[in-house]
Amino acid sequence: MEKPFAITLDVGSSLANKTGSWRDERPLYVHRLPPCNHACPAGENIQQWLYHAESGEYESAWRELVKDNPLPAVMGRVCYHPCETSCNRAQLDESVGIHGVERFLGDEAIRRGWRLTVDREPTGKRVLVVGAGPSGLSAAYQLARRGHAVTIREAGPMAGGMMRFGIPRYRLPRDVLDAEVQRILDLGVTLELNAKVTNILEAMSDGFDAAFLAVGAHIGKRAYIPAGEAAHILDAVTMLRSMEGEERPLLGRRVVVYGGGNTAMDAARTAKRLGAEEAIVVYRRTRDRMPAHDFEVEEALEEGVMMKWLSTIKQAEEGRLVLEKMELDATGFPQPTGETEELEADSVVLALGQEADLSLLHGVPGLEIEDGVVKVDETMMTGHPGIFAGGDMVPAERTVTVGVGHGKQAARNIDTWLRGVTFEHAPQPELASFEMLNVWYYADAPKTVAPHLDAVRRQSSFDEVTLGLDAGNALFEARRCLSCGNCFGCDNCYGVCPDNAVMKVDRDDGYAFDLDYCKGCGICVEECPCGAIEMIPETI
Amino acid sequence: MKAPPIRFYQTGSFAVGNRLLDPEQRSLQSDEQRTNSITCGHRACQGCGEALGARYALDAAMRATNGRMIAANATGCLEVFSTPYPETSWRIPWIHSLFGNAPAVSTGIAAALRAKGREDVRVVGQGGDGGTVDIGFACLSGMFERGDDVLYICYDNEAYMNTGVQRSGATPPAARTATTQAVGPEPGNVFGQGKSAPLIAMAHEIPYVATATVAELRDLEAKVQAAMEIRGARYLHVFVPCPLGWGSASKDTIRIARLAKETGIFPVFEARDGEVSSVSKIRRQLPVEDYLRPQKRFAHLFEPEPRTEVIARIQARADRNIRRFGLLPDPEDVPAYSGGAT
Repeated sequence: MEKPFAITLDVGSSLANKTGSWRDERPLYVHRLPPCNHACPAGENIQQWLYHAESGEYESAWRELVKDNPLPAVMGRVCYHPCETSCNRAQLDESVGIHGVERFLGDEAIRRGWRLTVDREPTGKRVLVVGAGPSGLSAAYQLARRGHAVTIREAGPMAGGMMRFGIPRYRLPRDVLDAEVQRILDLGVTLELNAKVTNILEAMSDGFDAAFLAVGAHIGKRAYIPAGEAAHILDAVTMLRSMEGEERPLLGRRVVVYGGGNTAMDAARTAKRLGAEEAIVVYRRTRDRMPAHDFEVEEALEEGVMMKWLSTIKQAEEGRLVLEKMELDATGFPQPTGETEELEADSVVLALGQEADLSLLHGVPGLEIEDGVVKVDETMMTGHPGIFAGGDMVPAERTVTVGVGHGKQAARNIDTWLRGVTFEHAPQPELASFEMLNVWYYADAPKTVAPHLDAVRRQSSFDEVTLGLDAGNALFEARRCLSCGNCFGCDNCYGVCPDNAVMKVDRDDGYAFDLDYCKGCGICVEECPCGAIEMIPETI
Repeated sequence: MKAPPIRFYQTGSFAVGNRLLDPEQRSLQSDEQRTNSITCGHRACQGCGEALGARYALDAAMRATNGRMIAANATGCLEVFSTPYPETSWRIPWIHSLFGNAPAVSTGIAAALRAKGREDVRVVGQGGDGGTVDIGFACLSGMFERGDDVLYICYDNEAYMNTGVQRSGATPPAARTATTQAVGPEPGNVFGQGKSAPLIAMAHEIPYVATATVAELRDLEAKVQAAMEIRGARYLHVFVPCPLGWGSASKDTIRIARLAKETGIFPVFEARDGEVSSVSKIRRQLPVEDYLRPQKRFAHLFEPEPRTEVIARIQARADRNIRRFGLLPDPEDVPAYSGGAT
């Protein structure tokens, strides 16, 4: 070929120069475990449903959510949101208000009538669920989704368990609960009310292939208090339960609640709403040692509930109590001082914890009970094959969310047990820590605080205390999510590569590396806002 | 105080793009249709800031001119790594001549286009800091004072990297280079020498002068766009970290550029007709130490023992930038400048 003067080679593109051969490390797109998902007792894929909510696709967000938890409207109200406690955004400004978005999605689903679906053909297997609380409902839903025929037997007159008979209306309106329960029943789950199971083996002989027990812990613990005949003492569980009946408990003008847990706060706040002039919580330790969650204590104080720290009830008489002052010893344990004082009280509500009624388990071979709760293995199965258990009757923290998580976990294992296989949990990816993020890319955006009903109105009514987010601020709140450890499509890797070695593709997360040219500099890893890329050594 | 409006989803305006933004709100670099002016296979080092800066700037210029643009390139890293004969990485009309004459070549192209009546085709001249601030400076100043219709872009990596990291007029004080070794009582480059090309460009009172970094893509793209909307001589000075010459990790290129801006080491501003018209504020102010530490060219400031007095002098220079350009976000927070004390 004729070439110009002094030119000996044909012109070519640098594309012939495969700079990928320089590399000793390569970038790899990964999915890491967001701390919210890691902390969720119900195992929700929070980051993923927020991802859908961020684009305003609320129905897909809700569908992602209900894969793990069929009660989002309830959960958004009553969960103590450990997800928010672990949220990486807390280290930047404030954690994402996950519960607010969850509640918004739950309410939106009720408003729009979104329904749950069954994903599998009927299996012909029948499963008995004992107890229609959070754990039982969760298990029933997960089993029904997997094509099993489910019957729930509930001892009480209505479904909901502690969600109905323990949590006051001002925290969980009953129409919300009813709607979410009904949605589960609509899957074809049979609910038998006032149907207490007294012998589990007998009940199962009715043609059931497996059983999930979730009877809860409904018996209030009593403490021995020397009391005069006329002293009015009742337990918090009974008191809160009777709020659901025709006759509301008569407590008098001055109510003393004994205990320092969340139930004590619920009882005191309920007493205040029933017209008590004074609701006083008596607790033997100090505020920082209270098992109640801080915001519950705070809301109780705002509503005028009074607290008496470092005190025990020594004696109860009609209209008055004798308290003994305590002091904490070196190990933080309260010790009596011998010093007493009197307190006027028309009634005493004991909120000292609950126990499970396990009488239905008498004579079940292999089943073990320890410290008043049933032992289960990591598949939630008791020592008796085919009988699984969860919720407050097994050793765990007693919350609605833990119950829902147990129900899901048990259902998955019941399903595989019925099919004669073992449930294999997918290996947990690495936790996405704050240090893996490049937070410079995130705009500053403080949390949208859900407006609180004004305190005066709260004291006299059972209206809901915390109001929900609306579509506008729910979207804003969802978009505060940092998407820890999971690509959210920001194009940073695509933009910052000095070698144009990132391609947009129609698969995976939408990006892929062009390893012919990637030199392995690692800028994409460093500049990925959410820590969804890592460097791995080349194997040559 | 009024809360700043939240404009963008999740990552604000800082990320390259975002799946939830309208395409016109995303940066050009997020677009699959970007020119990729300098394509794959170029021989720049891992994590090269200059390769990145050149693509950012030229892709933006290509968009601003609808692809009707010619680039003239001074000798330097950018020329050597992109065009080893007979290969080239350029996907735009591109010409190379000598180390010191890129502004003059640009001027010539602009003059030829004018003679041919081709006002639709625009000219961009470009080079590194050596070719711009030192060797080509007379040609550049001539191009400015004549007002030739050229956007000249300097990719500043603060030394002659292509020939083995020798000091240039843009090398910062205390930096170790091959010609300013970290030895003696004042190790590294001396204080009190060197120059600011953007300020000299402003002294020519040309219509547009701006600085930018590879850490702020949107800002850089907006400045190229603004420059191409104006006729006459224009100057853009882009801060591009060099992992090889600075002794920084290749993955840290953008991070170091960000730190240069956030510490006040490198002021990011825009000037029209010789006056500063806007500055890019520091978002989260950091001490200069954060910028110096990840770079081996400043290692002698920390080992064997910390040279706190030298670090303090560098901090004082950064503080002067902050004062001079008003780089802090809230003017009330800036300590009052006593003035005249020096």
